[in-house]
Amino acid sequence: MKKFLNRFLANRGAAAGTFLLLIVIAVGASASLLYEESPWMMVAQPLIKPFTDPAYLLGTDMLGRDIAAGLAYGARVSLMIGVISTLVAVFVGILVGALAGYYGKWVDDALMRATEFFQTVPQLAMAMVLVAIFKPSLYSIVGAIAMVSWPPVARLVRAEFMTLKTREFVQAAVVIGQRPSRIILTQILPNTASPIIVTASLMTATAILTESALSFLGLGDRNLMSWGYMIGAARTMLRESQWMSLWPGLAIMLTVLAINLIGEGLNDALNPQLRKRGA
Amino acid sequence: MTKNTLPPSDPPLLSIRNLSIALPSGGDRAYAVRDISYDIHAGEILCIVGESGSGKSMSANAIMGLLPHYLRPETGQILLGGRNLLTQDEDVLRSMRGREMAMIFQEPLSALNPLLTVGEQIAEVMRVHNAYPGEARERRVLELLELVGLPDPAAIRHAWPFRLSGGQRQRVMIAMALALEPKLLIADEPTTALDVTTQAQILALIARIQRDKGMGVMFVTHDFGVVAEIADRVAVMEKGILVEQGTAEQVLNRPRHPYTRRLIGAVPRQRASATSRNAPAGGPVLQVENLHKTYAMGGGLFRKGRVVHAVNDVSFTVRRGETLGIVGESGSGKSTIGKCLLKLLDIDGGQMLFNGQDIAPLSEAQFRPKRRNIQMIFQDPFASLNPRHTVGRILCDGPLASGVSRQQAEKRARELLQLVELDPSAFDRYPGEFSGGQRQRVGIARALAMDPQLIVADESVSALDVSVQAQVLKLLHDVQQRLRLALIFITHDLRVAAQICDHLLVMHRGRVVEQGPPAQIFDAPQDAYTRQLIAAMPGRGWDPGAAILNSDSLNDTALASQFP
Amino acid sequence: MQKLSFLVSRLGKALFVILGVVIINFMLIRMAPGDPAAVLAGESGSSDPAYVEQLRQQFGLDKPVYVQLATYLKGVAQFDLGYSYRERLPVFDLIMDRLPATLLLMACAFVFALLFGVLFGIVASRCRYQGKHPWVDSALMTASLLIYATPQFWLALLAIIFFSLQLGWLPPFGMETVGSGLAGWDRAKDIATHLVLPTVSLGCFFMAVYARLTRASMLEVLGMDFIKTARAKGVPVNQIIRHHALRNALLPVVTFAGIQLGQMAGGAVLTETVFGWPGIGRLMFDALLQRDYQLLLGVFLITSTMVVVFNLLTDLIYRFVDPRTQES
Repeated sequence: MKKFLNRFLANRGAAAGTFLLLIVIAVGASASLLYEESPWMMVAQPLIKPFTDPAYLLGTDMLGRDIAAGLAYGARVSLMIGVISTLVAVFVGILVGALAGYYGKWVDDALMRATEFFQTVPQLAMAMVLVAIFKPSLYSIVGAIAMVSWPPVARLVRAEFMTLKTREFVQAAVVIGQRPSRIILTQILPNTASPIIVTASLMTATAILTESALSFLGLGDRNLMSWGYMIGAARTMLRESQWMSLWPGLAIMLTVLAINLIGEGLNDALNPQLRKRGA
Repeated sequence: MTKNTLPPSDPPLLSIRNLSIALPSGGDRAYAVRDISYDIHAGEILCIVGESGSGKSMSANAIMGLLPHYLRPETGQILLGGRNLLTQDEDVLRSMRGREMAMIFQEPLSALNPLLTVGEQIAEVMRVHNAYPGEARERRVLELLELVGLPDPAAIRHAWPFRLSGGQRQRVMIAMALALEPKLLIADEPTTALDVTTQAQILALIARIQRDKGMGVMFVTHDFGVVAEIADRVAVMEKGILVEQGTAEQVLNRPRHPYTRRLIGAVPRQRASATSRNAPAGGPVLQVENLHKTYAMGGGLFRKGRVVHAVNDVSFTVRRGETLGIVGESGSGKSTIGKCLLKLLDIDGGQMLFNGQDIAPLSEAQFRPKRRNIQMIFQDPFASLNPRHTVGRILCDGPLASGVSRQQAEKRARELLQLVELDPSAFDRYPGEFSGGQRQRVGIARALAMDPQLIVADESVSALDVSVQAQVLKLLHDVQQRLRLALIFITHDLRVAAQICDHLLVMHRGRVVEQGPPAQIFDAPQDAYTRQLIAAMPGRGWDPGAAILNSDSLNDTALASQFP
Repeated sequence: MQKLSFLVSRLGKALFVILGVVIINFMLIRMAPGDPAAVLAGESGSSDPAYVEQLRQQFGLDKPVYVQLATYLKGVAQFDLGYSYRERLPVFDLIMDRLPATLLLMACAFVFALLFGVLFGIVASRCRYQGKHPWVDSALMTASLLIYATPQFWLALLAIIFFSLQLGWLPPFGMETVGSGLAGWDRAKDIATHLVLPTVSLGCFFMAVYARLTRASMLEVLGMDFIKTARAKGVPVNQIIRHHALRNALLPVVTFAGIQLGQMAGGAVLTETVFGWPGIGRLMFDALLQRDYQLLLGVFLITSTMVVVFNLLTDLIYRFVDPRTQES
C-alpha cells in the first residue's frame, strides 16, 4: 500500500490533481459554514463586477445572488452527483460484465446486446430525455447519468473476465476444486480491480461534465444550485456581463482536470511493471 | 555437427573488441555486457549461447545499432570491414543495415508488418537502398522467395503475413535479410518459436545459404542442440561476461569453464539410465479409452464450418509410480488431452477410467470432490499463480476448498515448501518476488497439496532456462518416486521426455502414431512421423553426457549426479 | 459471400438498436408521471382539452398495451412521429427541415477534430519516440488535458465572448446573417463564417481525445517488433512512421472516432443551443423548454438512427481496410 502511494504521488500531475480536488472537497464541505444563507437568496445588487466589492469577491449575478456562494454549494452538488452516479454505474457494470464474461454463451450474447444498445444511443440525448420525462430531481439525474454510463464498465469487466478466465491461475483454481462463486470473487475480481478503479475515476469526471450540461440546459434539480445552472444563467446575460460565466466554468474545468489527473496517476501507479523472464 | 574445422586464416569479417554496455541504474547488475570480444569470419557460423539475462542478444543489437536509447555502449569497438560501427553516425549506419549486415528475429509473426504483403516487405529493402530498379526488383523478389524454399512464389508474393505458417514467415524474414546479399547475417533466436521439424528445416536452410554465399553468420541461441547442429565456433555467455570461446568441437566435447560444463551437464540426456526407478510400477491409476475431442471452426450464416479433430481416438494407461510422456508438436493435441483429463474441457467421446470409475460423464458438481486425486502443473510460471495472493494462500486454497481445517492446511503448506526446497519465508511472500524456476516449485507444491494420485505436468519446464529445467525435473522425479505418484508429462521436447519418462506416446494431429519405452522409440522408430521427429532433433550426434565425463578437472561428481 | 453474411448481421444489429429506441420511447411516455395523453400533448397542447382527447383516441391510450405498441410501430414505420401542437407541424417534417444544418455542423466538427487531433497526436508521439524536443510532446498533451476537462458549452460561451463580442471577428449567432437574402457563393461564404466558432467549440473536445488516442496508439505500434525489422532493413525514420506505423496505429483511432459520434451528437445539442444554430439539437432544446414530448422523443429517435448509421459505416470501413478481419 505504501509503495503504491509513493508511486502515485511521485507523479506530479497526480499530486497536483489530488491537491486541487482536496480544495474543492473542502470548499464544498464547508459551504454552509462559509455562506449561511442559501445561494438562491438575493443578497445584494445585481451584476456587481468581481474584485470590486470586498463582501462579494466574485461578484453577483443578474438577480443579485452571490456567485461565490453559488460556487461553494455547487461544489457539493457536482461532487455528490458525480460520485454517486459513478458508483451506481460501476456496480451495474461489474455485475453485467462479470456474468457475461464468466458464463459466456447465451448469457454473454443477451447481456452484450443490451450493452451495445446503451452504448450506441447518444448518451447526453438519452440522459436529457430521461430527466425530462421523469422531472428533474436529484434522483432522476443520478439515475439518468448512471444509466448511460455503465456500458464501458461492463465491456471492460467482461473483457478482463474473458482474458482472466483462460489464465492459468484461474484454471488452477478450478483444478483444485474451488466453486465458481469463490473463483469469481477471490481469484478474478481482485485482478480486475486496477482497471475498474481507473475507469471509475475517469467516469466521475465525465459524470460531472454531464451533470453540468444537464443543468445548463435547465434540467437540473431546482433546489440545488449547480455550476452548470450558473453558466446557463450567464448565457442570457452575455452582452451585459461577460465575466459571469467565468467562475463556474473555471470551477468545472479545474475539478474535472483534477479528477482526470488523479485517474491517470492511478493508472500509472497500479499497472504492473514489465516482468523480467529468466531463471 | 561441426563442418569447418580449419582455423580461419583471413582477417575477420566482424570484430568485437572489449565491448561494454551499461545498464541504467536499478537493474540487477551494472553492465548488460562487460568487456566482451569475439570475431566472426566469412564463411563460418558463430553461435552465441547463454541463458536468459546473459546478454547474448545485446551485442547483436549493438552491431545493428538497434539498442534502445537508454542502453549506450560505454567502451569498446565493433569493427565491420575496418569501420568502427559505434562511431558512425546514423545515416551511415542506416545505409549499411540490410546491405552489409542483416538481422532476423525470433517471433516471425510480430516481426512482419501485418498490413503489408510479403512481397512488398521484401521489395522494401531494395527500394530503401535504391537497388534493383524497375522490373529487376520484382524478379529479384521472386528469386528470393524461391531461394528460401517457399512454394509458388508468384502467388505467395501477394500473401498477407498472418496467412502463412510460422516456418514460412521465418523464410520470408530470411529472404528479406538476403535481398542485398549482405556479408554478415545475425540471427537472434530465429528458431526458438518454431516446431522441431520446422526448426530443422530452417537450420538446414540457413546452413545451406551460408555455405553457398560464403556469409558470416552470428547465431544467438539458448539451445545446445542447435549449437551442436550448425556451429563452427561457439561463444558462451553468463550474466554479461563471455566465459568461454572456441571451436564447436572444443567447447561441446571438452568444455573448460565451470559454467559451460554446468550448462552442458543440464542438457537432458537422450537416454534414461536403467537405475532411474527405485520401485516397480504399481496398478493402473488412469485408463483412457478412445478419447475424442473435436472443435468446430468458422461457419456462419451461409457457410458450414470446418471440424477439427483435436484428439482422435486416443487410448493409454498410466500406473502408480510410472511416468508417461505425451510428445508432439504444436497442434498435435497433447495439451488438449491434458485439459480433458482434468475436465477443463468437455470431451466428445470415449472413457476416462480413474481407479476403475469413468469420470467422463460426471457433472462438475459430481466431479469436484474427486478433483483432489488428479492435479495439474501448468506451463507458464508467470501466469499460473495469482499475483495478488501470497504463496501460503495459494497452497492452502486447495485443501481449504475440500474441507480441511485452516490450521491443518497451513501446516501442510509449510511442509510442502520444505519438500520443494523453498525457503519457509516464502509462505508470506507474493509470486512476483520469485524467479520462474521458484514459481514452478510453488506450482508443484500446489499440486501436491491435495495428495493426488495422478499429476499431469503440461509443458511444465518449457518456459525455464536449461539449468533451472534440470533442477525442476530432478525435483519432480524425486517427489514422484517418494510418493509413488502417477505422472503424465506433456512436452514438445523429445530429449526431456526421453530422460524422465518410462513410456512415451508420440502424437501427430490428434492421433497416437507410436507408443513405447524411450529406448525403443529412439532406436527403432516404427512410424514415419516418429522417424521424421527424431531426425529433426538438432545435434543428435552429440552426447552431452560424454562431454562431461571426458573433461579433465575435478568436481565432476556434482555434475554427474545432477541427473541419475 | 462471407462479406454478405457480415453485412446482413450488421444491418440486423443496427435495426435492433433503432427498434430498441422506438420501444423505449413508447415505454417512456407511459412511465412518465401523469396522464400519458397530457404528456403527449405537451405543455401547450395540454391547455386544449379537445386536443388531449383527440390524442387519447389517436394513440388508443384506452386500449391494451400491445395494441398501442402495434399502432405506434405502424406509425413509426410510416415516418409518422407525431405532431407538435406548438409549431403546428408534424414532428417528422420539423426534424427533416432542421437535419441538414446539424449534419453540416457535425461533419465539419468531425473532420476538424480528426484532422487536427491525429496531426497533433502524430507530432507528439514522434517527438517522444525520437527523443528530440520532448517539450513539444509535453506541451501538446497538457493542452489536450486542459481542453478535455473544459465543458463544451462554456468553451462555446468563451469563444463568443472573445471572438464575437470583444474582437468582432466572427458572428455569434445563427447559421446565416438574418435578412441578408444572399445566394450562391456569397451565401456559402456567409454560412462558412457562421460555421467557424460552432465547429471549433464542438470539435475541440474530440480533437483532444483523438490526439491522445493517436499518440498512445502510435507509441504502442512503434514499440512493436515489425518496426524493429524495418529499422534493421535500413528504412529511414520518416518512412517508418508514414509507411509502417501510421496505418497500423490509425485503425483503432478511426474505429473509436466512429463510436464517439454518439457523444458528438449530444455535444451538438449544447453547441447548437449556445450558438442558436438551426439544427435538430436546438430543436431538442426548444422541445425541452416547451415540454413538447412528442417532438423531444422524435428528435431522440432520429438522432439515434443517425448515430447507428454512422457506426455501421465505420464498422464496414474497418472491415474492408484491415486484411486480418477477412477470413479465408
